[in-house]
Amino acid sequence: MRHNGRFGTFGGFYVPEVLIGALEEIEQAFDRWRDDSQFCQELEALSRHYAGRPTPLYYARRFSDQVGCRVYLKREDLLHGGAHKVNNTLGQGLLAKYMGKTRLIAETGAGQHGLATAMIGALFGMETKIFMGTTDVARQNVNVHKMRLCGAEVIPVEGGTGTLKDAINDALRYWTAHVEDTFYLFGTAGGPHPYPMIVRHFQTPIGHEARQQCIDQVGRLPDVVAACVGGGSNAIGIFSAFLDDAEVRLVGVEGGGRGLESGQHCATLVAGSVGILHGAQTYVLQDAHGQIRETESISAGLDYPGVGPEHAHLKETGRAEYVCADDESVLDAFALLIRTEGIIPALESSHALAWLMQQKGQLPPDAVVVVNLSGRGDKDVGIVESHRPLQ
Amino acid sequence: MSTYKETFRRLDRAALIPFFVIGDPDESRSFELVKAAIDAGADVLEMGIPFSDPIADGPTIQKADLRALAAGMTPSKALAFIHRVTDYRPIPIGLLVYYNLVWQYGVERFFKDFKAVGGSSVLVADLSIDDADEVIAPARAAGLETVFMVTPNTGSDRMRRIAERTTGFIYTVSTLGVTGARNRLSDTVKPLVARLKEVTGVPVCVGFGISSPEQAAEVATAGADGVIIGSRIVQIVEDHLNEPDRAVEEVARFIRQVREAL
Ligand SMILES: Cc1ncc(COP(=O)(O)O)c(C=O)c1O
Repeated sequence: MRHNGRFGTFGGFYVPEVLIGALEEIEQAFDRWRDDSQFCQELEALSRHYAGRPTPLYYARRFSDQVGCRVYLKREDLLHGGAHKVNNTLGQGLLAKYMGKTRLIAETGAGQHGLATAMIGALFGMETKIFMGTTDVARQNVNVHKMRLCGAEVIPVEGGTGTLKDAINDALRYWTAHVEDTFYLFGTAGGPHPYPMIVRHFQTPIGHEARQQCIDQVGRLPDVVAACVGGGSNAIGIFSAFLDDAEVRLVGVEGGGRGLESGQHCATLVAGSVGILHGAQTYVLQDAHGQIRETESISAGLDYPGVGPEHAHLKETGRAEYVCADDESVLDAFALLIRTEGIIPALESSHALAWLMQQKGQLPPDAVVVVNLSGRGDKDVGIVESHRPLQ
Repeated sequence: MSTYKETFRRLDRAALIPFFVIGDPDESRSFELVKAAIDAGADVLEMGIPFSDPIADGPTIQKADLRALAAGMTPSKALAFIHRVTDYRPIPIGLLVYYNLVWQYGVERFFKDFKAVGGSSVLVADLSIDDADEVIAPARAAGLETVFMVTPNTGSDRMRRIAERTTGFIYTVSTLGVTGARNRLSDTVKPLVARLKEVTGVPVCVGFGISSPEQAAEVATAGADGVIIGSRIVQIVEDHLNEPDRAVEEVARFIRQVREAL
C-alpha cells in the first residue's frame, strides 16, 4: 500500500493476506483517477443530473420554533435513492468501471446502501450482489424489493444477529473468493484502508455545499453541525468541510437503542472501547475478551458494533463530540419533523434531530444548527407504525 | 532447536496437521477429539481460538466458533486447554487467532502466556505482513515462531518479504477464498508450492479446502512439507454432535486414513 491508512493511531488494514492485493488495486485506482479531469467531469455530471446534487439547505422554521434554535436541514433525503448513499456508490461505481470490473458486491443494513449500489449496477450494466442480514431483510423488505427490481441479487445472511456486521462478514468472504473480477463497494467510511479515505472523499460534497449555503443564507458559519453516525459516512461527509473551523461544534449522534444501561444499543463511540473489527483499529462494542457484541437499534442503518476510524480519531482529539439518542426519543423526533415540516426523515437521520430536541433551552435561540438529513423515511413508515400505531 | 524444525526434519513425508477450534463443541469433548487426533498420528496441531466474527473462515468453522463460544470458551481458557494438550504429548502447536482477541488480552502478555503453555507459533488471520511488526517483535521476544500466509494471488516480491519474516512454516492457502472443504483442489497448488520453494527454504504447509486422503497425498506430492486439514475435521464434529464417541472415532479414523495416504 502507498498510504498507511491511519487517522492518528486508528485505521489501518487488518485483513487476511488474500485481500491485500485487492485493496492495493483499489487504492492505486483511486490515486490514479480521483483528480483525473475526465473522471471528475463524469462524476460531476452524474451527481448533478442523475443523483440530484447540489441538495438544498433548508431552514426548518416551524421545527426550529419547537427546539428553540435555528435549524437548517441539509436535504440529502432528496437525492435519488432517498439517502446520501448514492454519492458514494456513484463515485466507487465509476471507479469500478474505470478499473474494468464487471461485478459489484455490497453489504447493506437499512437497504439504503444496497439500493444505491443496485441502482448503480443497473446504470452501469454490472452484475450486482447485495449481502443483507436476515433480520434486516425482514424489517426493510421494501428496499429488498427495490434492489431486486434493479436486477440485483439479494443474498440473505444468517449468521450472528442477521444485521449489518454479519452482512459485512459474508461480503468479505465472498470477495475473498472472487477478488479478480469483483469490486467490493463498501458502504460507509469504515472497514480497511483505503475505504475510509475513499468513502470520505465521495461524501465531502455534502459538507462543501452546506458550508457555502450556510454562509450564503445566514451570512456566517453555523454554530453546530450534527449528523447521525452508523459507520460514519454521512457524518464525515458533512464534518470534513468544517474540521478547520474551530468555532463550529461537530456532534455525531449514535444509536442509543433501548438505553445505554440496557446494553442494547449501538453507541460504539459513546460506550465502546478500542479494538479491531472489519479491517480497522477503531472503537468497537465488545466484551472483555474481545468478542464482538450484538447490537440493537430501531434503525437498521445504525445497527453496527464498529465505526469509521476517522471518527475514533476525532473523538480522541476532541474535535468532534459523540452522543447517542435512544429509540423512543428518535420516534418523537421523527414525528415532530413530519408534523412541523411535512418531511419524513429516515430513522437514522432522526437520531440527529432527537439529540437536538434534547438540547432545548441549552442552545441560545439565535444558534444556527445544521443537521445532515441523511435520508428520507419512506422505508421506515411500517416500523414506526408498529411502534406507535396511528389512532 | 525449534520444534517445527525438528519435526519437519525428522519426517520423511509431509507432516499431518489437523485443525481444531478449541472448545468445539465444548471443552471436555474438544479435549477428547484432540487427544484422539494425536494418538491417530497428527504430527503438528493447528488450533483456533473461537471468535465471534471470523472473516477468513467459511460456514463450517464459523459454526464451530459459535458452538465453542456458546459453551463458554475464552482466550484464557483456550491457553489452559493448550497446556493440557502439551502435557498429554509435547506436540508442536500452531495457533490461529483473530487479532482483536490478542489485542484485548495484550499482545506481549498473550504471546508470553502462549509460549508458557507449550505453544510453538502464532498466525494472526487478519494481520498481513504489512502490519506484522506489531506481532513479530513480541512473538520473537516470547520465543515463538512466526507464521504468515501466502495465497495464490501473492506476487513474487511479496512472497519473498513474507518468507523473510516467517520462521515456523509458511501457511500456504491452496485457493482463493475462505476455509471450507472442497471436492476439487485448485490447479494453483502445485505451481504455488513450486514458486515458494524457489524463493525460500522455510517449510511450506498447505491448507484450506483439503478434505480427503487423496487430496492430502496430492498436496504432499506437489512438494508441501505439511498438510493442514481444517473444515473436513470440524465437519465430522458437527455431523456427530449427538454422538460424542462416534465423533472421536470418526476423527481418529479419518486421520489414520490421511496418515496412510501420506
Ligand atoms: C439514511 C441513512 N443515514 C445514515 C446511515 C448510516 O450510515 P453512515 O453512518 O455511514 O452515514 C444510513 C445507513 O444505512 C442511512 O440509510
